[in-house]
Amino acid sequence: MTHVLEVNNLSKHFGGLKAVDEVSLKVEKNQIVALIGPNGAGKTTFFNCITGMYKPTSGEIYIPSSAHRDSHITGEGHRTKAIHGLNPHVITECGIARTFQNIRLFQNMTVLENIMIGRHCRLSTGIIGAIFRTRKSRLEESELIHDSHEILTKIGLENYANEFAKNLPYGAQRKLEIARALATDPFLLLLDEPAAGMNPQETKELDGLIVKLRDTEDLSILLIEHDMNLVMSLAENIYVMDYGKLIAQGTPTQIKSDKKVIEAYLGEEIDA
Amino acid sequence: MNSKKLNKFLTDKFGDKIGNLFNEIILSFITSLWFMILMFPIMIIKVNTIDQTIIWRWHNLIYIGAGSFVLSYLWRKALKLKEMKSRTEENSKKSFSLSESLSNLSESKFHYPAMGVTLLLFILIPVFSSLYQTTVLSSALIYVMLGLGLNIVVGLGGLLNLGYVAFYIVGAYSYAMLNTHFGLSFWVALPIGALLSTVFGILLALPILRLRGDYLAIVTLAFAEIIRLILQNEGDIFGGPSGINNIEPPSFFGFEFGLDGKTVLMYYIILFMTIFTIFVIFRLENSRIGRAWQALREDEIATKSMGINVTMTKLTSFALGATWAGFAGVLFSAKTAFINPDSFTIWESVIILCFVVLGGMGSIFGVAIAALILYILPESLRAFAQYRMLVYGISLVLMMIFRQGGIIDVKRKHYKLPDNIKAD
Repeated sequence: MTHVLEVNNLSKHFGGLKAVDEVSLKVEKNQIVALIGPNGAGKTTFFNCITGMYKPTSGEIYIPSSAHRDSHITGEGHRTKAIHGLNPHVITECGIARTFQNIRLFQNMTVLENIMIGRHCRLSTGIIGAIFRTRKSRLEESELIHDSHEILTKIGLENYANEFAKNLPYGAQRKLEIARALATDPFLLLLDEPAAGMNPQETKELDGLIVKLRDTEDLSILLIEHDMNLVMSLAENIYVMDYGKLIAQGTPTQIKSDKKVIEAYLGEEIDA
Repeated sequence: MNSKKLNKFLTDKFGDKIGNLFNEIILSFITSLWFMILMFPIMIIKVNTIDQTIIWRWHNLIYIGAGSFVLSYLWRKALKLKEMKSRTEENSKKSFSLSESLSNLSESKFHYPAMGVTLLLFILIPVFSSLYQTTVLSSALIYVMLGLGLNIVVGLGGLLNLGYVAFYIVGAYSYAMLNTHFGLSFWVALPIGALLSTVFGILLALPILRLRGDYLAIVTLAFAEIIRLILQNEGDIFGGPSGINNIEPPSFFGFEFGLDGKTVLMYYIILFMTIFTIFVIFRLENSRIGRAWQALREDEIATKSMGINVTMTKLTSFALGATWAGFAGVLFSAKTAFINPDSFTIWESVIILCFVVLGGMGSIFGVAIAALILYILPESLRAFAQYRMLVYGISLVLMMIFRQGGIIDVKRKHYKLPDNIKAD
């Protein structure tokens, strides 16, 4: 097993507030890892640090260099690449994609266009190419439409292709966010509360979708989630955060019976 | 209370329609009463300060009352119609409307013939119109270019630029100075002016890339004023408030033209440049670059996380917008042969922004049509003298209430499914 993400002692301070405090985390190849914790524990801030939205105060984040799939990363002789402090678009180009807790689609564009924007960083047409519609850019464009349709079909949104993103039902919008993230061709997918606001039926579908993606797309997945049923059924490894600190880590069964975790969620037990 | 009772009584007796009508009349009456009170000191009382007497103009009261009654009735009727229309449109999307057909144009089979006819019309205009009309249309087309250029920044990129005129100045003055000081011809200066404008666009964009919305608007506004004030106060180089005159009109392969010929030649050059603008922006809009601009307009954070370099995207949007202003500026100074800072006030920026908003943000043909209409409308309203700007203003307000999306709503491109996927 090799690590596709290795975070060492990551901290993010906002003035005196330690939103993320010395958190370390590892994601192995093809693993689904969950990050849970009460509201305000710093999970989303942690995500933002990984994706480059925030510059971490201290700590390191490593991914395998030339981590693009197909590359052979040999056992322990891993060559790694530091990505902390890089710009978000560079990190996305490296192969880390994310979705958002509150849906952030390009509302006034069609579903297909949303996907096409996701492909942006894998294409190269510039201003000149666009104006003169060179052979290369025409070829790229038709490939892009083809690829984007394929991604939509994979997620099951092909019937919505030419609808405005804002007109989609809620569950479909969540799916579209995942599809758009997939379009950037990632090896690691960060999902920020993918099941928020979904009904049990939709959550079940999502569960299936995530597993399917992991298996067919050769992805590793790190997700933040509050729906414990989903977390327990999906995740192979769970990290728990509270007040910016990592308080527990382990398999679902270990986490379920961890005293600290129960305290964080339900409060301390008072001896009478 | 009483009116409610009466209303109910009427509804019972004559049905909904009469009851509603009665309701409307009551509301209109209240409005007209309000206006009569409001206008009382202005329109009815007239104090003659010499004789120390008061003249009561009671007849005005009747006019105000009747006028506001009718207007308020029509106003509410129009609002209701609009509401009903949008409701029926939701129910049946097939309903035919002008704007629908206009925005569908680009996809229908009439696309090319319609464009051809329009183009032919524009080419033939100088033949059967007067010199004055040709000149007005030339100016209008310059504004079309400016509108389309600003459309890149505001409509597609979503960056509110209130100082667009700054780049127009750079273009205009670069040709004026290159021509009067160094004797460079129009054709050489045209790309140089645009290039200089682009450079200025980049220079301005670099420090303000982190700003958004209102803050960006303020900085760009200030930038435009700074440039104008520098021109106004620097007499030795830029000619100060008296500007630069005797700018050469463009030549055409050494042909000599009279005044008429020069005007017509200028018109054709401007027309060509406008078509060029439309062509380029059309190509850019649905390209990788154009999509990145629109993504930026929709959601900056999501754009960032989709692997798009936000800084570069903003920079290209700003710089390309400035380029068209540069072209337009060179054309403007070549056309008028005389420029001074007074031609480039904030008002120009505001008007160009009006074209973009009223035409429909991001819609190429909408912006072009809006610029044509809104430039020619005040020109043709000259007959109404002092009411000219009033009519102009009212039409802007009405436009914004009844067609918020602009003249032509933006329609997203429908991409066709590739065949090999359809087969699956």
